[in-house]
Amino acid sequence: MSRFTGFDAVFRREFQGYFSSPLGYIFIVIFLVASGYLTVSRDFGRFLELRQASLDPFFSAIPWIFVVLVPAVAMRLWSEERKTGAVELLLTLPVTLPGAYLGKFIAGWSFLGFSLLLTTPVAFQAERLGNPDWGVIATGYFGCLLAAGAYLAIGMAFSAATRSQVVAFILGVAGCVLFLLIGLPQTQQVIGSIFGGYVEQVAASLSVVDHFDSLTRGLVQLGTLFFFAAFTLGWLAAGMLVLDRTKAS
Amino acid sequence: MASELLIDVRDLVKHYGAIRAVDGISFQVRRGDVLGFLGPNGAGKTTAMRMITGFIEPDRGSVSVAGFDMARHSLEARRRIGYLAENAPAYGEMTVRGFLGFIAAARAVDDAETAIAKVVTMTGLRRVEHQTIDTLSKGYKRRVGLAQALIHDPEVLILDEPTDGLDPNQKALVQGLISKLAEEKAIVLSTHILDEAEKVCNRAVIISEGRLLVDSTPEGLLARAPNHNVIRVTVEDPAEDLIMVIGEQAWCRTVVRRGESGFDVVPADGGNHLPELLPLLEGRIIHSVHLQEGRFDELFRSMTQGVSA
Repeated sequence: MSRFTGFDAVFRREFQGYFSSPLGYIFIVIFLVASGYLTVSRDFGRFLELRQASLDPFFSAIPWIFVVLVPAVAMRLWSEERKTGAVELLLTLPVTLPGAYLGKFIAGWSFLGFSLLLTTPVAFQAERLGNPDWGVIATGYFGCLLAAGAYLAIGMAFSAATRSQVVAFILGVAGCVLFLLIGLPQTQQVIGSIFGGYVEQVAASLSVVDHFDSLTRGLVQLGTLFFFAAFTLGWLAAGMLVLDRTKAS
Repeated sequence: MASELLIDVRDLVKHYGAIRAVDGISFQVRRGDVLGFLGPNGAGKTTAMRMITGFIEPDRGSVSVAGFDMARHSLEARRRIGYLAENAPAYGEMTVRGFLGFIAAARAVDDAETAIAKVVTMTGLRRVEHQTIDTLSKGYKRRVGLAQALIHDPEVLILDEPTDGLDPNQKALVQGLISKLAEEKAIVLSTHILDEAEKVCNRAVIISEGRLLVDSTPEGLLARAPNHNVIRVTVEDPAEDLIMVIGEQAWCRTVVRRGESGFDVVPADGGNHLPELLPLLEGRIIHSVHLQEGRFDELFRSMTQGVSA
């Protein structure tokens, strides 16, 4: 018996669930089309025009795609359970709250990881254009996975807070956008001019994009790994707390 | 010798904001008991069941299941409970078999295939086992809920309105199943159907405004019903002198006239005074004499009046 009793069963049910309904396939198709379009489009990534053996155009698009699509994956994880009453069934089984919560989180994260895996042909396309740095590509994909986990944790916390999937989605997108925007130079300038340099630094340190960018440049720093771990675990803990308090309402 | 104590509920209290949803409920359920949980809507039945199953924590009080305290050994306690929650929630996108497989995995049932086959047969789900739950009728969905509650052969069954929405045949099937399971388990079931409590339960409690008003056997409850042992008499000529004579008997509280030819004799002590009444009716043309047992619904109404709107 552990703090994570029930994790296996919940993980298996959730992960299989993505492939037993059309929603999972629809997500994959939208994700592949959106990431492909933003990567090769003449208005955005210009992957083919630049003819560089680099996945920068692809990695630049990912945070923007994730702010919409990851909350879409997260929105049903708890709000649907609360709406149908299945949360009462689940949490009266011999499973712990962390076991159930992490089972769902890892299932959603694995699904996002699987979707990312389907984009790897773009990396092999880069090899046809020259001699790409596979180390940078690997850390870039690692960054995508970490960013997906961070956004998923935000979306799940909002899903735990409401019975409505639509509300969970809107709040999830808003949360993800916030942690995306505070990393942009323009936003940091505004924050700096209003609140001063210290707040600007704090805001920059909370930016998912800043840490993500360093990984796409091939820099795997302890600070970056610590940020993603702390950020994701913090949102997971907040989600569990919210669920524990609101599950019966 | 008293049978094994499986549910021990002591002084449960739960507030929702300023509302005291459950107010100091205590009761015990032993192996072989089927306890009916009766009460109007909003009485606190579901809240109490949610605390017994560990879904929510009480503000005060304790729940022990098969000797395991729900607060300190929640997983051990929950392993011993089969719970059918209100409206039988399930994962609608799963097939019946897939759903039962998930429950068996979450409960770490050793031989899941055998356990699933057994509950599918017990609850009559064979015909729909490969159908998705969303496509099932309300009756079948409830049976799926019952099947998941039974899959690990628990010692304790908590059933929140198990026959709600079932047709008479399905009701009879579920009630029969509960009666069959009763010998080896402790069962708590909430119901609005008072006939059901009378048929299936060997004990019943009535809850109103979060408080436990009465805890008794169905017979004991009937004895408290307003019409218990009232004798309903219909005679050819209910003359005033006859009513007066009956009314003067020490065991008679009052005689209530009922239409042209009938009257009800209400006993003073709630006892059966038919043997004393019959000699007083000698020489009269009697159409009918009926000793009323009393009715659950009358007792229910009299005890919970004004609570359910």
